[in-house]
Amino acid sequence: MITRTRLAAGACALLAALAAGMAFPAGASAGEPTGEDAPKVDLVLDVSGSMRTRDIDGGTRMAAAKQAFNEVLDATPEEVRLGIRTLGADYPGDDRKTGCKDTAQLYPVGPLDRTEAKTAVATLSPTGWTPIGPALLKAAGDLDGGDGSKRIVLISDGEDTCAPLDPCEVAREIAAKGIGLTIDTLGLVPNTKMRQQLSCIAEATGGTYTSVEHTEELTDKVNQLVDRAADPVVTPVATEGADACAKAPALKSGLYTDREEFGQQRWYRVDVEPGQELRASVSVGADRAVNPSYGVLLRAVTVHGREIVRGEAAGNGRTDVLSTGLRYPKAESDDDAAAEAVCLQVTNSFSVASGVKTTPGLPLELTVDVVDGPGDSDDVAAFGLGRGWWLLGLLVLVGFLAGLLWGWLSRWRFAIWRTN
Amino acid sequence: MRFTRALSAAVVLLGLAAAPAAADSSPSASPSRDGDAPTTAGTSFRTAAEFEQGQVATASGAAGDYLYWSFPADAGQRPTVKATVKLPETHAAQTWRVDVYDGLRRRQACQWGAQARTAGAGVSSVELACVLRTVRAWTEPWANDPLPGTYYVRLTAVDVPTSDLGVPVSAEVRAESKDIGGAAAVDGSLAEPLVPGIAVTSGADEGDERDRGAVLSAIEPEDGWSSGWWSDRWVWSGIGAVLAALAGIGGYALTRGSGRPSRVPPGA
Repeated sequence: MITRTRLAAGACALLAALAAGMAFPAGASAGEPTGEDAPKVDLVLDVSGSMRTRDIDGGTRMAAAKQAFNEVLDATPEEVRLGIRTLGADYPGDDRKTGCKDTAQLYPVGPLDRTEAKTAVATLSPTGWTPIGPALLKAAGDLDGGDGSKRIVLISDGEDTCAPLDPCEVAREIAAKGIGLTIDTLGLVPNTKMRQQLSCIAEATGGTYTSVEHTEELTDKVNQLVDRAADPVVTPVATEGADACAKAPALKSGLYTDREEFGQQRWYRVDVEPGQELRASVSVGADRAVNPSYGVLLRAVTVHGREIVRGEAAGNGRTDVLSTGLRYPKAESDDDAAAEAVCLQVTNSFSVASGVKTTPGLPLELTVDVVDGPGDSDDVAAFGLGRGWWLLGLLVLVGFLAGLLWGWLSRWRFAIWRTN
Repeated sequence: MRFTRALSAAVVLLGLAAAPAAADSSPSASPSRDGDAPTTAGTSFRTAAEFEQGQVATASGAAGDYLYWSFPADAGQRPTVKATVKLPETHAAQTWRVDVYDGLRRRQACQWGAQARTAGAGVSSVELACVLRTVRAWTEPWANDPLPGTYYVRLTAVDVPTSDLGVPVSAEVRAESKDIGGAAAVDGSLAEPLVPGIAVTSGADEGDERDRGAVLSAIEPEDGWSSGWWSDRWVWSGIGAVLAALAGIGGYALTRGSGRPSRVPPGA
């Protein structure tokens, strides 16, 4: 019955959605983010001299990139604010210092005018250096502001030529600013060093790295990434945990991010009323090369320091995050007891090889849910009910014996009555 | 005469009682409805692509990506997650791994199944599987037993040589469960399933929810979460009670013979 009503409701909703879709084909529907919440994407294209190489489907890398961009610009969802930035497009000279500043905004991040953007892309010709680090910094600046998801898609065919600024560290710093930015990287006909560098940039921000050998792959991947940016995602709230429970920030139900350095502990506080249940889960991301064995510990502690419950996780090998969680149902109380402040302590045992930068700290994601407490469980089995052949056998046996006894008793009483 | 009638009734009832037991052992039919299955995967817990049990979720990614999906599992189910990774024609040996996490992002153990497998150079696909423990309606807060709610699937290459980083692969994931039924029916239940962000979504009224657009996990089984009070234990216990009553009548009847005291002469 319930299923049927639901089906009917679903059908109605679908019809309504279809009708709405027909009435306003291009208009933003209720669920779509607008203005401040609009997802932003900045495509960062390498226009360095090496893009002249003819090794993608018989054409130059530049031609492949241009074709892909044209198709992507056509397919970009309406709500996405798209921008294009180039690196190495303007300075053809040999001066490293100037060459490493060569990054420009080709099309500003904003509502997309497809024709204009395409015209701008068409003017590009392979020219200069590959200043990936500076370009990423500028791209992060382009995306600044707003609450929507932000994504940089970096398309490059060579590793950064502007050492000592390590683009990988730049990416980590950008991510640490807490503006919820992801960098996805695409390597055109990559070599080993480039794969390492580009996948390092991607991992530093929770993005993906893809190698591209064909135009079609490039188009598909960039389209996929732009679409992904358009998917509505909960934006976490930045918070900063304290080093002791007393100073910890009070959190409510929601999603939070923070940074935790190696060996550091982070404390948060959550108020839990009697009869409520606290659910907390924490993920610590490995955004750089970490040593193979690692762990995360999440403890719920009373203000007096007594541990209530803990969640722990350990692992080894390649990973993006390590996560754990805990549940703490606070018992109902008869008198009007006040809410209890539960302290959450997060520690990690990640470590890095010497030489790897330890700041900024590892990205930490914390979900807090305070919900109604669970029902009581007085028995192992549901409602203390029984089940199985042994139960039936026992019941039949006991019933039979009881019947016999009752019969004999009544016969005995009858006999006594007769004798008297 | 009366006794034999009671006995035959008992036999019929026993047959009825066997029915739930037989029903338990058959795997739940989960028809494949690929119509609205996701064709991309998320890249983190936050962005995991949601699919229903029985659907086949597909995604194209690159070796080295962390692919995330999520599906709902309810009390009494024992989910099995199966993943297939299709690798390009030429590649070096690489190890793929599927991990399952619950709604609290706690890693869930696999009872059996090949959770990680190494594909030798040039092998075209890897098949992974993970059979979880039975999902219970209630556990003590200190246990990490599976509870009803969201389950996350993470598929990744744990050991991939640099030469293969970023090489396009495609993946396919499905989840199916065996219905364990009353044998797994425990007492107690959660007020809300273990769905991340449920305190935010259930607190907001309808209008608010539409404005938000994004939720951590909007997952719900096709026919809603089970209320948790029904299990075949009711049938077993009920039939047990009836049988006990019948056996009692039978035992009583045995002591009474034909219903007249034996010492009373027939004509009295």
